[in-house]
Amino acid sequence: MKFDVMKESFPQLIGGVPETLLLVIFSLCIGFILAVIFAQLRLSKNRFWSWFAGSYIYIFRSTPLLVQIYLIYYGSGQFRIFLQELGLWTFFREAWFCAIMALSLNTGAYTAEIIRGGIQSVSWGEIEAGKAIGMKPLTLFRRIIFPVAIRQALPGYGNEIILIVKSSSLASTITILEITGIAKKIIAATYAPIEVFIIAGSLYLVMNFIVTRIIEFTEHKLNPQFYR
Amino acid sequence: MKKLLISVIAALFVISIAFTASAGQYDKITIATEGAFAPWNFTDSSGQLDGFEIELAKDLCKRMGVEYKMVPQAWDGIIPSLQAGKYDAIMAAMSITEKRKNAVLFSRYYAATPSIFIVLKNNGFDDLKTDVDAITLDQVSPEEEAAMSVLSDTFGGKTIGVQAATIQERFLQQYLGKSVEIKSYDTQENLELDLQSGRIDAALGAMSYWVPRLNDEKGKDFNMVGPGMTKGPFGEGVGVAVRQSDTELAAMFSKAINEAIADGTLSKLAIKWFTFDASAKE
Repeated sequence: MKFDVMKESFPQLIGGVPETLLLVIFSLCIGFILAVIFAQLRLSKNRFWSWFAGSYIYIFRSTPLLVQIYLIYYGSGQFRIFLQELGLWTFFREAWFCAIMALSLNTGAYTAEIIRGGIQSVSWGEIEAGKAIGMKPLTLFRRIIFPVAIRQALPGYGNEIILIVKSSSLASTITILEITGIAKKIIAATYAPIEVFIIAGSLYLVMNFIVTRIIEFTEHKLNPQFYR
Repeated sequence: MKKLLISVIAALFVISIAFTASAGQYDKITIATEGAFAPWNFTDSSGQLDGFEIELAKDLCKRMGVEYKMVPQAWDGIIPSLQAGKYDAIMAAMSITEKRKNAVLFSRYYAATPSIFIVLKNNGFDDLKTDVDAITLDQVSPEEEAAMSVLSDTFGGKTIGVQAATIQERFLQQYLGKSVEIKSYDTQENLELDLQSGRIDAALGAMSYWVPRLNDEKGKDFNMVGPGMTKGPFGEGVGVAVRQSDTELAAMFSKAINEAIADGTLSKLAIKWFTFDASAKE
């Protein structure tokens, strides 16, 4: 064990934490919006929209995230002229944009299914009660369906957040220097993979520990009847 | 089904015994290469390893009288895996540098190649000119100094791509780290894709890789600019890397390389693969 390498790499790896957090937070926010929309479409009575949302979810859940990242990053590079004409190349040029796009689309697909499950678990009685007092569809969704659904979906969604924290490490494959990217760089200079990866791994452990605490706290808040 | 399973397990068992037997003695060795750095070493369309170092390994092992097996290994992690005992030697266009000498033991060098900047044609760098064609970084003359400042002026504020964990990356960090943005890639192929798409303004790479590349259909959009750079952070040529405890194996490789230089085999192989003689001389 080279403890001096561990000590030296610690501050450098800490420097990657903000990058990792930004990737995770952006992807989760965009992904969640996508998920709410696609969960609605999936449950829509219109067959086209239901099929459309179903295919999106199927494609992004059934292919590896690494392949999605490569396709979006190196794939877009092959269509540079086309993207330039559309004025989109300024976005696709940045590795950051591509990484967030891949992570968002991926977590969007998973989260859509989690939310769909939550929505379908809302009992008919509650929806009927809402309709009976004359709630419009949007009010019904906002006041009744969504709060109940999110309570059901939260444990599953907590899992998804943890997965995205870990998946963000794949962004290092397209030149982004987040925690894993920096770790690889240090290893290239020190040839001490065990020491550096132990530190990098512990950083993910700490981040996910905080994430699980926040989810647990929110679960308590949303379900006070279970935790008196 | 059951029979198949048993035979698979048996086969794995035999393989694992073969591996343990190879440790210690040098009559059977495993050599790692990257398999993604043409023409040094690459994987052909049928999945076979081929290239300068594949043929050289065959020749050297014949001279040493050892049986050998060649395995592909991703570049970042190629030294830690050697230390972990996954294989006994590395022949992967690895330059001999002071830094690497702290981790592994090298044979004598068998080839040397300058490093050079590569740009996309018609992208604003075509008339980059310096007064010298070559810079040796261990002893920098005033003319070379001037050429260096031309380089840092031209590329200041630009993005330069480089393969991770290479001598070229080290050079960029040391000499241009303050003025350029460095992007590191896991393979040359990915680096090339981003040079083609314009995500990076220039790449820094080995001439031995780029000269054959530019003569090829795939390299028609690229140009080499500026002087070829050697020595200093670029090291003392390419050698075979072994674990530090394997002094005898390193000596065996050095002896075989000397023989290959003496009878002209090395230079013949270099011209065949690089189109110019990048082989070690004396």
